[in-house]
Amino acid sequence: MSSVAQKKGFGAWLWEWLTTVDHKKLGILYFLGGGFFFVLGGIEAMLIRIQLLQPESDLISAGLFNQLITMHGTTMIFLAAMPILFGFMNVIMPLQIGARDLAFPFLNSLGFWMFMFGGLFLNISWFTGQVPDAGWTSYTSLAITSPGHGMDYYAIGLQIAGAGSLMTGINFLVTIINMRAPGMTYMRMPLFTWTTFIASAMILFAFPPLTVGLFFLTFDRLFGGNFFDHTMGGNTIIWEHIFWIFGHPEVYILILPAFGIFSEVFPTFARKRLFGYTSMVFATVLIGFLGFMVWAHHMFTVGLGSTANAIFAVATMAIAVPTGVKIFNWLLTMWGGSIKVTTPMLYAIGFIPSFVMGGVTGVMQGAAPLDYQLHDSYFIVAHFHYVIVGGVVLGILAATHYWWPKMFGTMLNEALGKITFWLFFIGFHLTFLIQHWLGFWGMPRRVFTYMDGQGWNLANYISTVGAFFMAAGVIVLVINAIMTTVKNERVGNDPWEDGRTLEWATQSPPLFYNFPQTPLVRGLDTVWLEKQEGNKSGITPAVPIQDIHMPNGSIIPFLMSFGLFIAGFGAMFRLETAWGLPLLIFGLLWTFVTMSLRSVKDDLGYYVSKEEILQDIKHEGGQK
Amino acid sequence: MMKGFKKWRLFALLTALSIFLAGCGQQELSTLLPAGEVASDQFFLLLWSSGIMLFVILVVVIIYVVALIRFRRSKLGEDHIPEQVEGSSTLELVWTVIPILLVLLLAVPTVYYTYKLGNVSAMGEVDEDGNAENLVVDVTAKLYWWEFDYPQLGVTTAQELIVPLDEKVYFNLVAADVKHSFWIPAVGGKLDNNVENVNKFYLSFEKDSRDLDEGVFFGKCAELCGPSHALMDFKVKTLPRDEFDDWVLAMQDTEAVTADADSADQGEALFAESCIACHAVSGAGDPDYMGVEHAGAVGPNLTTFGDRNRVAGFMDHDEESLKNWIEDTQKYKPGNLMPSFTDFTDEEMDALTGYLMGLTIEE
Repeated sequence: MSSVAQKKGFGAWLWEWLTTVDHKKLGILYFLGGGFFFVLGGIEAMLIRIQLLQPESDLISAGLFNQLITMHGTTMIFLAAMPILFGFMNVIMPLQIGARDLAFPFLNSLGFWMFMFGGLFLNISWFTGQVPDAGWTSYTSLAITSPGHGMDYYAIGLQIAGAGSLMTGINFLVTIINMRAPGMTYMRMPLFTWTTFIASAMILFAFPPLTVGLFFLTFDRLFGGNFFDHTMGGNTIIWEHIFWIFGHPEVYILILPAFGIFSEVFPTFARKRLFGYTSMVFATVLIGFLGFMVWAHHMFTVGLGSTANAIFAVATMAIAVPTGVKIFNWLLTMWGGSIKVTTPMLYAIGFIPSFVMGGVTGVMQGAAPLDYQLHDSYFIVAHFHYVIVGGVVLGILAATHYWWPKMFGTMLNEALGKITFWLFFIGFHLTFLIQHWLGFWGMPRRVFTYMDGQGWNLANYISTVGAFFMAAGVIVLVINAIMTTVKNERVGNDPWEDGRTLEWATQSPPLFYNFPQTPLVRGLDTVWLEKQEGNKSGITPAVPIQDIHMPNGSIIPFLMSFGLFIAGFGAMFRLETAWGLPLLIFGLLWTFVTMSLRSVKDDLGYYVSKEEILQDIKHEGGQK
Repeated sequence: MMKGFKKWRLFALLTALSIFLAGCGQQELSTLLPAGEVASDQFFLLLWSSGIMLFVILVVVIIYVVALIRFRRSKLGEDHIPEQVEGSSTLELVWTVIPILLVLLLAVPTVYYTYKLGNVSAMGEVDEDGNAENLVVDVTAKLYWWEFDYPQLGVTTAQELIVPLDEKVYFNLVAADVKHSFWIPAVGGKLDNNVENVNKFYLSFEKDSRDLDEGVFFGKCAELCGPSHALMDFKVKTLPRDEFDDWVLAMQDTEAVTADADSADQGEALFAESCIACHAVSGAGDPDYMGVEHAGAVGPNLTTFGDRNRVAGFMDHDEESLKNWIEDTQKYKPGNLMPSFTDFTDEEMDALTGYLMGLTIEE
């Protein structure tokens, strides 16, 4: 990427990134966009913890605090964790299955820009002072009575971003089903591809309920709907069901790719095949399936009745079984291996105890009568941060170090990486372990302050100190990334030297068409197999070198998303301003016109000629 | 080496134990110091599930630590290529079956207690004379305060729940505006106050609140309900049955009580002028009431204001706090529905707070 950028001016460089449909570039955009929102959500988290440092603190007002917790949760789930994972899926998954790109490159770009504009829409609320404040779950009795436009930003922003996620999920599914290289059977797919596959299938079924719920909410707030107004025959509990029918699978949409990342990291740095590959695959599928059967465990205290609670309690506990299988398979992958503790491996090693802790507290909450005590207390806060930070974020950090060379062609500094790990890991446990006890001691969650004399002071103090360690870890990571980029020491195909899957047989970063020749896959961990048999390139080609068909870039996805973005503002200010309705109509028209442009204009792509490919291969040979 | 390890182990165990013992929280609101049957059942489930989970953690940690120590590349050499094991159906079967058994061990008591705690069939039962066998309290959650009605007794109070000791008390829960959740951590788990339906459950109170440092159990709102969610506290006083009956009689006796605008007591006159539209000073309530607003229920019933433990649910119970509260309610509980009263002179404010603090039914 950089060699191209140096030759062109800034305008051309910007244009290239705005119009790109290359999965690797979009992956990087997802990664950077998600990273930006991760920092933003992190700042919100720090403000929350600083406010709770001492009892009866009046640093942050009650209203602002509710805005912070709402935006922290929403940002971290929808705008940080998911996009960053989408980034890795985008860059790595097509490489792992030997594909040239995703099945629908145009759609991939559209998905990214919808996420970006949805995220911006949501966060522009900070500049207007009317910020979502009903919690990331936005339970409707509160969400429909919340004054100002805060909740409108939530409903419309998530609608735009969520539609983007749905598209990208479908794109991943189609890609994995149709575009695997010859010999890449389902049961030879790397685990990260498998978890991408299952997570995408879950997106396909989980996001439509969210879309419907958000439309209901939007109509209730902006167009006089009464879906959730119980005085008009609506029902607020319906929202809770809809939200959690989406929301619980969402947890697995986040954690499964993280499982996939660790399933790549453990075998690589233990130099040993993943233990029990088949059972890992089935455990993934089973978790994906059961993930849809347990949503009501978020609603044990809603009053659904003993039978419903009992059924959902037992179903919830059942998920512990496939998850346990995974944990033991990872342990046995290390067992008998040759473990090299690199930074990604350090994250993987840290992940096991952290995630086990989050898992067992999850099972405890599954015991419905016990959950009557734990629900909406700080115990829950501790639990889901153990799962999401101890699982998803550690996974993301592991992948950041592990795949950085593949994405950017240069290695993050290992020493700084380990400093980040220790700061983050210690800070994480310091922050959240003690919160289990805060829950036992009766502290409800989502409180902007607490009175002195309830025995919560010390624990909250410790928790805030821990948060500073985590922040320090992230700062070191950012410094590391900047330093690495400035130094720009290029690395070869397989900088970790023990790569097992197809991405490590491509250049770092890969050529824009990925593989000069589509590879032939002869087994699980195909690159490792080839190397063991003396084939240094790691690839046996399936086809001769021939012309490659590639898609053209397009600005249309950017323009389409922008139309929805401005239509959102129109919808929001429709009633109170004269320009609201025209803007809504204009924005929607804009989107439809750009859509039809796409339909009317034939874009058949272009061919990379055989000569150019030979040139590239020769050039690569010269570099070595 | 081994001796040092043993010492370290002992030290770790003692540390863990002391942390555990110090970690029980305050008895006014800790779920780890159960003050009733429901909380005890839930505490049992906590210990039981923790035990099973500690076993799981122990197994994982042992395999984990041994693997990390034994199989390091620094020990095995750079060139060592481990055997590429595919898996082991025996082992995989073991760690599928054992977790299933562990889950069953937890699932059985879970289902049992779910039905036990969800059983409110005794709620409407009456004895031979047609008198209700169990006390029922209607709890209405409002932005940001709690109303407690005793429909069988014709008594209403707010912010402080008064209950008899050592018997099951049944609750009807509803919210008047947005969703709230009713939680008394030391006595039992929470249940939501929904806006569209009445939720029912029971609790039993088995520790005298007078033995507590604060003299009351702490109750909390456990569902985000707006800016002052954190301040939506209430208190619980438990009384032996005979004293509870006395309390009920005293409350019923206030039936005709009202504030008189012509009263010689300046505080009472001011109250009648400015406050009575929202706040009742009679604790005799409508016996059929459930979720329907009745006279005086716009704001908390103040019949027993002088006996309470807190002002506005969370501020110190003294005239100073009360004055601050009346003068600027939004400062102390943002988003609440009570207007601020800034026009009172110091003298008037003294009279008003004096009157309010004098509202008592305790001897």
